[in-house]
Amino acid sequence: MQRSLVLDPKKCTGCMQCEMACSLENEGYVVPARSRIRVFAFHDEGRYAPFTCTQCSEAWCLHACPVEAITIDASTGAKVVHDTVCVGCKVCTIACPFGTINYASNSGKVIKCDLCGGEPACAHACPTGAITYQDADQTGLDRMRRWAGESLSSATAQ
Amino acid sequence: MAWQRKILRVNLTEGTCTPEPLNMEWAAQYLGQRGLATKYFVEEVDATVDPLSPDNKMIMATGPLTGTIASTGGRYSVITKGPLTGAIACSNSGGYFGAEMKFAGWDMIIFEGKADAPVYLYLEDDEAELLSADAIWGKTTWDTEAWIHTQHQDPQIRISSIGPAGENGVTYACIVNDLHRAAGRSGVGTVMGSKNLKAVAIRGTQGVRTVKDPSRFMEATTAAKKVLADNAVTGQGLPTYGTQVLMNVINETGALPTRNHRDVQFEGAGKISGEAMHEPRASDGKPNLVTNAACFACTIACGRVSRLDKNHFTVKNKPEYWGASGGLEYENAWALGAATGTDDLEALTYANFLCNAYGMDPITFGTTLGAAMELKEIGALDGVETGDDLVFGSAQALADLVEKTGKGEGFGVELGLGSKLLCDKYGHPDLSMSVKGQEFPAYDSRGIQGMGLAYATSNRGACHLRGYTVASEVLGIPVKTDPHATEGKAELVKAFQDATAAFDSAGICLFTSFAWTLADVAPQVDAACEGEWSVENLGELGERIWNLEREFNLRAGLTAKDDTLPKRLLTEAAKTGPAKGLVNKLGEMLPEYYQLRGWSEDGVPTDETLKRLGL
Amino acid sequence: MQHVIIGNGPAGVVAADTLRKADPQASIILLGDEPEPPYGRMAIPYLLEGNIDEAGTHLRRDADHFTRHDIELRQGRVTSVDTEASELTLDGGDSLGFDHLLIATGSRPNRPPIPGIDDPRVQTCWTLADARAIAQLADKDAEVVLLGAGFIGCIVLEALAARGVKLTVVEMADRMVARMLDANAGSMLGTWCEQHGVSVRTGVSVTGVDGSGERLDVSLDDGSSLPAQLLILAAGVRPNIDFLDGSGIETDNGILVDECLHTSKPGIFAAGDVAQGRDFSTGHRMVHAIQPVAADQGRCAAMNMAVHPTAYPGGLAMNVLSTLGLVSCSFGAWDGVDGGDSTQLLDRERFRYLNLQFAADRLVGATGIGLTEHVGALRGLIQSRQRLGPWKARLQRDPTRIMEALVGCSVQL
Ligand SMILES: Cc1cc2nc3c(=O)[nH]c(=O)nc-3n(C[C@H](O)[C@H](O)[C@H](O)COP(=O)(O)OP(=O)(O)OC[C@H]3O[C@@H](n4cnc5c(N)ncnc54)[C@H](O)[C@@H]3O)c2cc1C
Ligand code: SF4
Repeated sequence: MQRSLVLDPKKCTGCMQCEMACSLENEGYVVPARSRIRVFAFHDEGRYAPFTCTQCSEAWCLHACPVEAITIDASTGAKVVHDTVCVGCKVCTIACPFGTINYASNSGKVIKCDLCGGEPACAHACPTGAITYQDADQTGLDRMRRWAGESLSSATAQ
Repeated sequence: MAWQRKILRVNLTEGTCTPEPLNMEWAAQYLGQRGLATKYFVEEVDATVDPLSPDNKMIMATGPLTGTIASTGGRYSVITKGPLTGAIACSNSGGYFGAEMKFAGWDMIIFEGKADAPVYLYLEDDEAELLSADAIWGKTTWDTEAWIHTQHQDPQIRISSIGPAGENGVTYACIVNDLHRAAGRSGVGTVMGSKNLKAVAIRGTQGVRTVKDPSRFMEATTAAKKVLADNAVTGQGLPTYGTQVLMNVINETGALPTRNHRDVQFEGAGKISGEAMHEPRASDGKPNLVTNAACFACTIACGRVSRLDKNHFTVKNKPEYWGASGGLEYENAWALGAATGTDDLEALTYANFLCNAYGMDPITFGTTLGAAMELKEIGALDGVETGDDLVFGSAQALADLVEKTGKGEGFGVELGLGSKLLCDKYGHPDLSMSVKGQEFPAYDSRGIQGMGLAYATSNRGACHLRGYTVASEVLGIPVKTDPHATEGKAELVKAFQDATAAFDSAGICLFTSFAWTLADVAPQVDAACEGEWSVENLGELGERIWNLEREFNLRAGLTAKDDTLPKRLLTEAAKTGPAKGLVNKLGEMLPEYYQLRGWSEDGVPTDETLKRLGL
Repeated sequence: MQHVIIGNGPAGVVAADTLRKADPQASIILLGDEPEPPYGRMAIPYLLEGNIDEAGTHLRRDADHFTRHDIELRQGRVTSVDTEASELTLDGGDSLGFDHLLIATGSRPNRPPIPGIDDPRVQTCWTLADARAIAQLADKDAEVVLLGAGFIGCIVLEALAARGVKLTVVEMADRMVARMLDANAGSMLGTWCEQHGVSVRTGVSVTGVDGSGERLDVSLDDGSSLPAQLLILAAGVRPNIDFLDGSGIETDNGILVDECLHTSKPGIFAAGDVAQGRDFSTGHRMVHAIQPVAADQGRCAAMNMAVHPTAYPGGLAMNVLSTLGLVSCSFGAWDGVDGGDSTQLLDRERFRYLNLQFAADRLVGATGIGLTEHVGALRGLIQSRQRLGPWKARLQRDPTRIMEALVGCSVQL
């Protein structure tokens, strides 16, 4: 059973331990500006929402890439960017309708969540259980994916 | 290492921004943040300087653990000479700003001089610019943050700014960051305003590269986080109730200063407590509290986020205050509530929102209002246009005057003086509940004796964040002591003061000390920073800092005479509660304290002490 | 079932892969007329910059990819299609039958009718062969004139600048990238280029090329002329549809397709730069000629060929462009719609710009300069036709909060 990240804004306190853990894992040092997971603040609502790639089955980013720099990790289902292949054209960043694949000017490549090979550092670092890594079936991300599938293709109707 | 080894010097008079290497010799002696910035400050600034003159400087400083995975590693401090006290001022804040400064590549920023016209500093990694703040001068801190975000088209910029209070010379203006976090006390925002510096906006993408021993650091921080999670205060009490967990406890202890310290218990405490914030309101069925929130890297998350009842009289036609924002912490709830005798939770929350938006310290504002209410009651304000409502318990007066003070209008101008100048002006200096010009926080030293000594000797005037013996005397952390006894308190105060200075210099939050001792801090600092950072070394660091601050204050003209408490606390006994009949017995503790500190009878550090500490 | 795909660019290759997954038994033939393994044109600039070698442009990295997936790659140029007989003819005269056909022949660059343009030092920048020729001529400090500052022109511009040539851009329109960027963004891009050492001449056209000397002499309609070792043409593209003359397949600018990417003839589909399909924003049929649309259409066409009826929501115009390090992007109805409204932040000095176009409480288009974080959120908000509710007012106050709007609209807070 493939698992996915479950993100629960109601439990998030905005501490950014996930952003630090993510950058530490992926960049080798603490640099939240290059975290693959981001915590968004909703001041009026008094909420924080962690958000990252849903590893959607449509994988707009993957299909848009002209050089096959994004492939699927068979064990986790994650869509993974290969730095050595990516030319930095940024087409994937506009193709992804969730805004979760970003261009990093320091490397000239794009960065996105790769589920850390099956042990997501963010989930491990989260002190409140706002980020967990669970069986794909029960995740809120399914809802998100469905939203993606439905709202992005039902747009045809018009 | 965990330091970025780089500081930015901003000369506002010249309009220049110059990078400098961090003095690593000093870093080895003073660690960072409070300690290290104080070292820079005392080396560079004449102690007799007028706090509001261009010759005063203001330092924003991070600690080595700021911007690391260490829990609560997101703090920064503002160090300057304070206008309220004429002493060293050092105010500490959480939120995200401190970490952002670190991520931009800087350990601290030193501001000197005064700009010709309002400016703000924009710092994006290595690039620093002073830009015109004409468009935001006069705006609240909230509008300032929004303006800077759109001006630079970057929602990720972190900002510290002053509000109208800091521009108008309210003596206790604070510096607000991330909408509702603040370097709150001692008027550091007033100094910033006097320099025509409206805001500091930072975007950092460089990160914190390394710590000395990454794997040991991971182990140490993970273990320390577990200590916080397993502790009843930091693991449950603070996340659930915030510091407001204390309201009922301190009231029952008989140490909740009420109506300008005339009483030590407040009959309305329950209505303004942490528990009350969870209760559904009668008016709209919703609780005042929306959620708890964390500062950067904090795994405690004691912060309060509240939303007002839209129909409450304070905000009926003010939609700008309908969104969720920073809710009441214990000290604020006390100062705006018990100190003024007001028990309307919504009005207190509203006043708290305005203190954040206008940029002023709610503790000094609330206590000053309490003092004004007493002055009014005894007739000292006859003939002064104060409004009819200026009576203890008036939520209307609180709501009106918090706005007027922020805006510098009407009687608000008088309240902007702070209680000391106000009470002096109207002929009753004894009614200012302050030490060295700074007002007390929320613990009455008649009911908690050690706090009397802590207040009297605090280097920045009355303050709970310099030696929080409440932990021991009331909560039993790390050991329970009798709050009514004076014996052993000198030692307790010294120990708390020194340890606190070490916490404050590391980049972490003092609230961790409900669960952590220096034994939890040392392994984290030691794994992060070059040098040897044992418990003993950190303790000595704290003592060194304490003496450094003391020396500055003495040079600034303060003397042992200033190590005292208002007459009320020394002569008027507590009327109710467990401490009934008690006054604070400072005289029994102070000489012993001087002795333990290695100071002369006049409170001056002896040569031997200075030498021992390498000063 | 025999599927034949003409054209092995992104649309063709994505279609072949999708077909293989959707119809494991079918025979799939993928035809291409260039003497290269299937490659992505988009990668050519990076080849010119020297960031990658030719293999780095290949659409599939694994040399065995097509064999492994039992996709037959064939080189050959299709010269005609007989829709009645379901058969096509290749340039050698061979014919090939099909059950389902996908036309994904892409487009080719225009060569404007300018005297002297056939000189070998006048190059388009479209194929790997073009890239090799350019690499020969565009040495460091060589004087290069680029005709056309459209989208492709600007991408090529960056690659040329990286090679260190002395570059002059000549553009007929009054600003750069006029078809993708609004006036603000286009003029900012122009200023940026000038500040970074590229000379930009807008509002002028090339009238002739004199190749008699050691260097080309490129004359302009304002009377001036420019010396050049190399003239690069980036004057637009047009779909490769000539070989369909007489086939009865309906064409306009490109091949007209319905929302299933079906052409006017049964069993025949078209996708990519060659197709003229529904535009997401206007509902009209148009040629998009961009990579993400080519990939999406290739996938969608393949699903329909494998008889899994799938509708395509319409191509959303979207572009991202890096010009000498300045990133610009645009989406959908970036120039607005009738009765709509807009909001923007403009900072010319810092080269930051964000313009959002709304129709009632929906986002319909956007333009950005210097925006790189979470740009995809713009596509998400536009393409989902998300009703913004309270977020519209918030975006009007601060348009940069696009990601918050997307998350706020789609996640239970
Ligand atoms: C330099 C450059 C940079 C670009 N940058 C971007 C960018 O940044 N973003 C973006 O979105 N787009 C960009 N594009 C455009 C993008 O490459 C095209 O939109 C995309 O390649 C279209 O894919 P396609 O499969 O439809 O057509 P093509 O990639 O053109 O492939 C069609 C294939 O069919 C072959 N063919 C044509 N006719 C026949 C025939 N009769 N018989 C057999 N084979 C035939 C062609 O030779 C070609 O190999 C760029 C293009 C170029 C040249
Ligand atoms: S930026 Fe890299 S990963 Fe994204 S589409 Fe371009 S080459 Fe592929």
